[in-house]
Amino acid sequence: MIRSEILREIAPILRDQLVVCNIGLPSQELHMIDDQPTNFYMLGTMGLSSSIGLGLALAQKKTVISIDGDGSVLTNLGTLPTIANNVADNYILLIIDNGSYGSTGDQPTYAGKKTSLTAVAKACGCENVIECKDVDTGKVLQQAIDSKKMTVIVSKCDSGNIKLPVITMDPVVIRDRFMKAVQA
Amino acid sequence: MSIHKKIVDDLVANNVSFVTTVPCKQLAGVIEEVEAHKDIYHIPSNKEDEGMGLCAGAFMGGKRPAIIMQNTAIGVTINTLATLTQYYRMPLPMIISYRGELREPVACQVEMAVHTKALLNQLNIPTYHFHKHEDADELDAILKYTFMCNKPVAILTDASFWGGYGDQ
Repeated sequence: MIRSEILREIAPILRDQLVVCNIGLPSQELHMIDDQPTNFYMLGTMGLSSSIGLGLALAQKKTVISIDGDGSVLTNLGTLPTIANNVADNYILLIIDNGSYGSTGDQPTYAGKKTSLTAVAKACGCENVIECKDVDTGKVLQQAIDSKKMTVIVSKCDSGNIKLPVITMDPVVIRDRFMKAVQA
Repeated sequence: MSIHKKIVDDLVANNVSFVTTVPCKQLAGVIEEVEAHKDIYHIPSNKEDEGMGLCAGAFMGGKRPAIIMQNTAIGVTINTLATLTQYYRMPLPMIISYRGELREPVACQVEMAVHTKALLNQLNIPTYHFHKHEDADELDAILKYTFMCNKPVAILTDASFWGGYGDQ
């Protein structure tokens, strides 16, 4: 499966949760598949989906899912120790690991070579780290939500993209709509 | 009252309850007060752009955030300030130690000091410079201004403000 196929499959699970979605194609795909006020789309700032999600989870009680990519986690690798040492049991980091920088033309990442983000997350002190196959992402994600334990999921999938439009929604509208959904 | 405590008391009085920090010798006393205060969730970050991401999330979760960092961080965070904090119009008080100013013992610090105000100016970030202790009397008003206009605001605190570098 490629990332957009995973997103399509887990969309019914994401719909009821607060979602912080990574820059570029992941946000564009989620926006096209199932736009919800509970989705925060990143239009820039590669690497910070996990940090924004953790801050949000620590600030309020609802479940927060950060959708990140292997390339973006590598960009902000310092996020994993911060997550490990600031446990928020309403926080799930879902790393869709396709071993490539999808939004920029599928250049390979080190996560697709020798580096295991699962092992890195564990070494950083994250207590619940689950690596799964693309087809199992929905099941693992639902279990993580139900467990009410902070979880890092590394979903190993194929690289590949679909053609789709950019998000033209104004950032302040995205943010305002999202904050109202957080408070609802 | 110590200047460290005064700064943290002003943060708390303005309902700032989520503070991320990157270590700094000059701000060590403030960081200690932040860590000790029961009304503040203190979350050290490994890099300042990561910290700004945490603050963005906390703000959207209903908390008022702040970041404490060195001025060298302006070089690290320009993209984050422009495409996250400013683009989504979020408030962020930045309490910054202004290294490389008068009484600075480390020459390399001057290299970022000379760019600091120019970069903040280029980013249209409201910037305040604390040189003497009484300058901090404005902190309360600066925090109110920050959360009124939903912008990142820089508060530069130089070595003279902190009383030098011990033996300097």
